[in-house]
Amino acid sequence: MSGLSVHDARVTYPGRPPVDAVRGVSFDVGPGETVALLGPSGCGKSSLLSAVVGVTPLAGGSISWDGANLARVPVHRRGFGLVFQDGQLFPHLTVGANIAFGLEMAGVSRPAREARVEELLTVVGLSGLDARAVTELSGGQRQRVALARSLAPRPRLLALDEPLSSLDADLRARLAVEVRDILRASGTTGLLVTHDPAEAEVMADRVLRMEDGLLV
Amino acid sequence: MKPWPASARLWWALAGVPVLFLGLFFLWPAGTVIVRGLLGDDGFGGGDLAGALEVLTRSRTLHAIGTTVVLAVLGTLGSLLLGIPTAWALSRFSWRGARTVRALVTVPFVLPTIVVAAAFSALFSRSGLLGGLGLDQSMAAIVLALVFFNISVVVRIVGGAWESLSPRMDDAARTLGASPARALARVTLPALRPAIASASAVVLLFCSTSFALVLVLGGSRIRTVETEIYLQVNQFLDLRAAAVLALVQVVFVGIALWVSARARAPRPPAAVEPARAPRGRERAGIALALGPTLLLLALPALALVERSLRTVDGYGLDHYRDLFGDPPARSTLSAPVWHAAVTSLLTAAVATAMAAVVGLVTAVLVSRRARRASALESLVMLPLGVSAVVVGLGVLLTLNRSVLGVDLRGSWWLVPVAQAVVALPLMVRALVPAARAIDPRLRAAAATLGASPWRVLWRVDAPLLRSATAASLAFAFAIAMGEFGATAFVARPDRPTLPTAIARLLSRPGIDNVGMAFAASVLLAALTAAVMLASERLRTTVGAEI
Repeated sequence: MSGLSVHDARVTYPGRPPVDAVRGVSFDVGPGETVALLGPSGCGKSSLLSAVVGVTPLAGGSISWDGANLARVPVHRRGFGLVFQDGQLFPHLTVGANIAFGLEMAGVSRPAREARVEELLTVVGLSGLDARAVTELSGGQRQRVALARSLAPRPRLLALDEPLSSLDADLRARLAVEVRDILRASGTTGLLVTHDPAEAEVMADRVLRMEDGLLV
Repeated sequence: MKPWPASARLWWALAGVPVLFLGLFFLWPAGTVIVRGLLGDDGFGGGDLAGALEVLTRSRTLHAIGTTVVLAVLGTLGSLLLGIPTAWALSRFSWRGARTVRALVTVPFVLPTIVVAAAFSALFSRSGLLGGLGLDQSMAAIVLALVFFNISVVVRIVGGAWESLSPRMDDAARTLGASPARALARVTLPALRPAIASASAVVLLFCSTSFALVLVLGGSRIRTVETEIYLQVNQFLDLRAAAVLALVQVVFVGIALWVSARARAPRPPAAVEPARAPRGRERAGIALALGPTLLLLALPALALVERSLRTVDGYGLDHYRDLFGDPPARSTLSAPVWHAAVTSLLTAAVATAMAAVVGLVTAVLVSRRARRASALESLVMLPLGVSAVVVGLGVLLTLNRSVLGVDLRGSWWLVPVAQAVVALPLMVRALVPAARAIDPRLRAAAATLGASPWRVLWRVDAPLLRSATAASLAFAFAIAMGEFGATAFVARPDRPTLPTAIARLLSRPGIDNVGMAFAASVLLAALTAAVMLASERLRTTVGAEI
């Protein structure tokens, strides 16, 4: 089986009593496909996404890519990108250095890095802002940089955690279309988490509904 | 939760650094002091509580305990008496020069205690500016020095609460028929009560651990628990009595800490309204509120500088020049004072390096985990709950084994070790909030971009903690430079630090000795102030946060 395969995934947070955020979820995402996990806040969709990326440990079940189990693969070796709701750009780095971060980790040479940064800035419509401090960007610009940063190292899968919900309605609608086009054009496999049905409809090829830790 | 075994192992392995450091250099020494105090010199067998009781009921001991309590209470009351009006004048109104006065008021707190002691000695000794008052070696002089030192604590805590208090509340009380005095008593002061209680507890803690002030200003007559510990070790060679007294001091500090934890001021909300310019009679009120405070702050400083310049025949830089020459014949110093200054810089640098390694590892570990981290954080904070004198005594008792009881000279590295133990909690207190302020998702973002845990540390944590680290390093260095309580026990007589050299010079009469002590104090104050200023600068240029 190629692409992402999630089987009976469970996520539990310690505490008294422990919280079962995800209670056994299975689904697949094919190569190049974008799937949306849609549900109200607290339904466990973000926990599931974190577990796929590897930021949160699984309490049970398995996650595999192209048939290989990822249980023992740490976050930084999975090759999965993640776009946070509020960007989480590195405040001490410029726009260009943020986008180049993943390339640097992958050992890409400086000229190649610069070319790729330039390319992605054009893709997200921010060319020329390379040397800008990320603190000087507007909310929409930040999310574009976050998207470019995640796409730069060409991840096998791009996870998007409510990537547009911190933006105003107008911008959200426009950016949703743009992000979809960018994902399609680059052939990136996508896994989107959102609470907005319209956004899910626009951006994803397939929508899965989640409620109380389970797919419905 | 299924933990990642590798990262958990790494966490525990790194936690070994602070645990080993504190275990060896703090828990063992402090524990030894307590065991010795309870069970006697030869330790664990007999259980010699009667011996401890005998030390406790000596009239010397009871006298020292009584003096400690009286000094702490009077020092706290005095600090409130001058500090609350000062807080009012500085936080209620905005006027030209308010910022300068506020900065001036905070200066004493960062001065080494030995410098404050020297300054008050310069003021009240027989040939001093106020020598005619006959306050030399009096309780009053010590209380004033304690107030000098602690006004800034009251101004900071109470002033902060006052700033966040809406003046409208006062206005409301006035429209309901309350006179200004009644509005103050019924509305403002009750609202400030938590802050005042919290400030009192902190000041009480500082007042009961003001070793250098009492040692220098009390002369042979006024003794607190801390100076009594020092005398028992250095003059009577009675380590048992010292350990029992150290136990008393631990209880004292424990009570003060317990009170301050209960009285912790709630975080004040942001200022509701900007302070306004004073009107009419308020101007007079401000002058009246600030007058005594400024006088108390200025006089000792002036006296110190004046006495450092005063020579046998007028004024000159002779004493400063003497710092670089051979020590005067009647002093107990065997080397020029500038040697002591170099020793101080070196030991402070070593102490800072030790505290930095332990402090940074702790901050990084604490920022990575929640529950086990708080246990680690409390461990590192523990030395704060014991007076520096007890730390010094403990290090002397445990890490100085071969010469126990007879020859009190330690090896040189005991000094930076003791200073690092004293500076560590303060350093960690500055670092941990900065490390915690880094959003864990920022690290997750780096990891999803392919950064291994080590690279996350270097590429995310390190740059974001740079300014906080630099500020806390400078802070630790300044503390180590001025440290006296612990250093006094472990510094070798032939290799004093600047503070212990000053104390030695002050204890010998004679204008040359005393003049040099004052000149050395000015030097130490200048060095510390420069480092503290650098620390403050570094803190305010914290990297931009999103």
